[in-house]
Amino acid sequence: MQVTIRSLLTACLVSSALLGMGNEASAAAKSVQEQKAEEACVVDPRGEILSLSCASCHGTDGKSVGIIPSFYGKSPEYLEAALKDFRSGTRYSTVMIRHAKGYSDEEIRLIAQYFGTVWQNNK
Amino acid sequence: MSQNISRRDFNKLLVSGVAGSALGLFGMARPAFAAQNRIVVIGGGFGGASAAKYLKKLDPSMSVTLVEPKAIFYTCPFSNWVLGGMKTMEDIGQTYTILKNKYGVNVIADTATGIDTVKSTVTLKSGKVLNYDRLIVSPGIDFKWNAIEGYSESVSNSSMPHAYQAGPQTVRLQKQLLAMKDGGTVLMCPPGNPFRCPPGPYERASLIAHYLKEKKPKSKIIILDAKDKFSKQGLFKKGWERLYPGMIEWRSGATGGKITGVNASSMSVMTEFGTEKGDVINIIPPQQAGKIAFDAGLTDASGWCPINPITFESIIQPGIHVIGDAAIAGAMPKSGFAASSQGKVVAASIIRLCQGKVPAPPSLVNTCYSLLGPGYGVSVAGVYKLTSAGIVEIPGSGGLTPMDADDDHLNEEAMFARGWYNNIVQDIWG
Ligand SMILES: Cc1cc2nc3c(=O)[nH]c(=O)nc-3n(C[C@H](O)[C@H](O)[C@H](O)COP(=O)(O)OP(=O)(O)OC[C@H]3O[C@@H](n4cnc5c(N)ncnc54)[C@H](O)[C@@H]3O)c2cc1C
Ligand code: HEC
Repeated sequence: MQVTIRSLLTACLVSSALLGMGNEASAAAKSVQEQKAEEACVVDPRGEILSLSCASCHGTDGKSVGIIPSFYGKSPEYLEAALKDFRSGTRYSTVMIRHAKGYSDEEIRLIAQYFGTVWQNNK
Repeated sequence: MSQNISRRDFNKLLVSGVAGSALGLFGMARPAFAAQNRIVVIGGGFGGASAAKYLKKLDPSMSVTLVEPKAIFYTCPFSNWVLGGMKTMEDIGQTYTILKNKYGVNVIADTATGIDTVKSTVTLKSGKVLNYDRLIVSPGIDFKWNAIEGYSESVSNSSMPHAYQAGPQTVRLQKQLLAMKDGGTVLMCPPGNPFRCPPGPYERASLIAHYLKEKKPKSKIIILDAKDKFSKQGLFKKGWERLYPGMIEWRSGATGGKITGVNASSMSVMTEFGTEKGDVINIIPPQQAGKIAFDAGLTDASGWCPINPITFESIIQPGIHVIGDAAIAGAMPKSGFAASSQGKVVAASIIRLCQGKVPAPPSLVNTCYSLLGPGYGVSVAGVYKLTSAGIVEIPGSGGLTPMDADDDHLNEEAMFARGWYNNIVQDIWG
């Protein structure tokens, strides 16, 4: 995982350098650019890409049409706590424990943030 | 990407693969920031329809064309339930109306017959030519028709169906089961790895047994397997003993399961140990990537398509992304869930690439539910990440329904299997 993130950052920095954002810009501007590149690379798209697969069981955006529980409209705090409880086994599950164990604390936070807000954009 | 790569190579891969194609360094002919973001998707199954829907859902400004000849797509998932008499063909038919009308996907009912990688065009059977900035190919599987002596497409369409692409094949196998006499023998012959849906043949044996137990209890099922072990084996064998004692016999490749040929007129199959006769014979032949992948030069010597695991872009043909069963996706099995997960990752990645941004590292998931009886479900789950060893399962995650799961748990999983189906088809086609 660390390898992935570090390499991604490398890729981000290389790409921003190639885009000509780095070299001639002033030191201050450069660090802002870099920060933006890091944010764009790591924060935003990761929450989305980590979350998309959940919909296969829970329905698009977490809005279930079947017997698997819906979590559409739940808050980030609720979702983060639920995923951590599944992961630790303090909350019983048939399958969620096996999924939740695939995500770090940070990833759970990103997922909770994504689903905890995606429904607000649909309004 | 199945072989290990060093960390330095991995870094290079990320830099050249992601940053490279983001910047258009891959084919110089390909503009980095495509003026129109025209995406063409070949195949409206689990992978292709997921990619098409999520491209439009995540960025409605994308121009997305989906090419699929079938007006109704019958899902392989739950086709075994049809054989068991628990679902109808109507229940498992999906259409493209909502993708077209609600999401604005341009759905073309046609077959892609050629891909021109220099001109970036796809030619259709009707003669129509489509231009693309990026192409997604999700054609599923084809069968290796010459692998089993005496077995051919025409034999599969008459006496010995494969029922491994759902539709008329499923109906044919079901009719044969309905027509079989009580006390008959069903022969099932699954292939070696890799193949579509590793637990599929064993779920099928279970649900055929469910049907036979109710209607034709003197009958039996013999599985002549090319393999020496199979997916969820312990869970299946335990379930078979509990639900269908004495009804299902499984022979491994090493103990005479491997078949060498079939004889359609005498309804028999040849193994290394002799000949077996069956009243119903279900041959599941060895497989390879769908034909268009071969025609477009996307396959390697294995018969499947090697891809850059970040964006699923072909490592042979830049600008073409291959997903689903046709792709070599590291530790991921060939499943509908996996194909859909890949379709979404590709959609998100392509949107980033079209915006001139670097895609996020992929996060991929699979779960295969299998039903052994109406109230008896088991599953295998996997969460996958990209590491320097390619797409691998995250240690400690995923895995099987516990061997000691109690009846309540098995019943819940059977219900969640139905819930999964309802949601995944809604998420893809609804
Ligand atoms: C019996 C059985 C049970 C299964 N059960 C499960 C399950 O419970 N869970 C699960 O996750 N998976 C299951 N699977 C596996 C699942 O069906 C496949 O892994 C999945 O369909 C792969 O998706 P795909 O997009 O690669 O191919 P497909 O879904 O097969 O889609 C390919 C599509 O491409 C179209 N196509 C092909 N060539 C062209 C062309 N040249 N031009 C235009 N269109 C073209 C085809 O018409 C087809 O519609 C099962 C499979 C079987 C056989
Ligand atoms: C294989 C199907 C499957 C997948 C994939 C899956 N879930 Fe679940 N989820 C379930 C099931 C089934 C339950 C009910 C508990 C159980 O038995 O596991 C559940 C329960 C939950 C709940 C509790 C709902 C509530 O109201 O408290 C949350 C939250 C949740 N899942 C979130 C997620 C997220 C986020 C993901 C993606 C990272 C995810 N799930 C992926 C099947 C799945």
